[in-house]
Amino acid sequence: MAWLEANYNYLLVIVLLMIGLWAMIGKNNLIKKCVGMCIFQNAIIMFFISMGAKAGSTIPILKLKEGATTYGVNDYIIDPTQYDNPLTQILMLTAIVVGVATLGMALTLVQKMYAEYGTCEEDEILEKIK
Amino acid sequence: MKTLALVISLLMGSILVVSLDDLPAWGDVNSPANSHVSAYYLDNTMQQTGVPNVVTSVLADYRGFDTMFETGVVFVAVIGIMAILRRDQRLEDIEKVERPPYFPPDPAITGVAARFIVPFMQIFGLYVLAHGHYSPGGGFQAGVILGASVILLAMTNGLNGALSRLTEDWFVLLSGLGFLIFAGVGLACMFYGGNFLDYSALAPLMGGEPSVAAVKARYHAMLWVEIGVTFTVMSAMFAIYSYLASDGWMDRGL
Repeated sequence: MAWLEANYNYLLVIVLLMIGLWAMIGKNNLIKKCVGMCIFQNAIIMFFISMGAKAGSTIPILKLKEGATTYGVNDYIIDPTQYDNPLTQILMLTAIVVGVATLGMALTLVQKMYAEYGTCEEDEILEKIK
Repeated sequence: MKTLALVISLLMGSILVVSLDDLPAWGDVNSPANSHVSAYYLDNTMQQTGVPNVVTSVLADYRGFDTMFETGVVFVAVIGIMAILRRDQRLEDIEKVERPPYFPPDPAITGVAARFIVPFMQIFGLYVLAHGHYSPGGGFQAGVILGASVILLAMTNGLNGALSRLTEDWFVLLSGLGFLIFAGVGLACMFYGGNFLDYSALAPLMGGEPSVAAVKARYHAMLWVEIGVTFTVMSAMFAIYSYLASDGWMDRGL
């Protein structure tokens, strides 16, 4: 039980990775393959974000000290244990936007295939290519 | 095929579960990911850049190369989608192409509601961009909000309603311009004798004490960089929507 409690974020990520991989390989419809790719991507994003979490910390925006009236260097609480890891968050911030761009590209190719073959089903397209 | 996929994904899952013990516990303050360079960013962001939002300072300054080429990836995606999907009515006869039936949206309720919401969305997008130094926000988020406002217009008033406000020429131009602004700030640093994207080289533009001016230069250059990111992301969101929705003809929506 303690093992489950210590690792449940990783277990959730692994389940999502399995769903995404299963959809990408096993599904016949190309749109559903794209959805599987999205789930896989989101699992990796959740993995990174949970790696950057610290117990009892808050978002990585420096807080003002009590009673601070100016916004200088010495008016902020600078203590790395109080804030989440900013590095994983910025890596995933850019990954989300690039994920949208690559998903748009994938959907474009699917749409072009649909215009060419009249279907999104993989086996029917393979039949027509022969 | 489905059983094979099930076997492969179960295999991958079991391998990952076996290797779980090597990973640090959730919330471990001293885990490798949380100790070395990320602690440096949290310690030094105020002295070196003057930006309390560490995500913004790492995104736009410390790891500027990463962000610049991510913006480039978004721009290349726009160009790629345009190259694959765009069709020209002057070269092809649109009348001869078989297309699904079109039901134009009735803007009686949704169109009026969208006209109320869109200005507030755009104001909020600009706030998220400008206040990204102090609160959650920045170029990517602002770009997505601004892009969503234009897409909302296209969904409620028809694609032509949105394209009359943000034309195809403009959003393709803006997506390139954003990347150029980012790279231009980097090149300006080289003109002032620093490295590419080393904003402290712009200190002579700011005036005042050299050490204060360097911090100020990094602070202000970050805002310019975020503006460039906003342009690219906003136009990329709308470009992806409009090319996919109109099947490349750019004359009507879904």
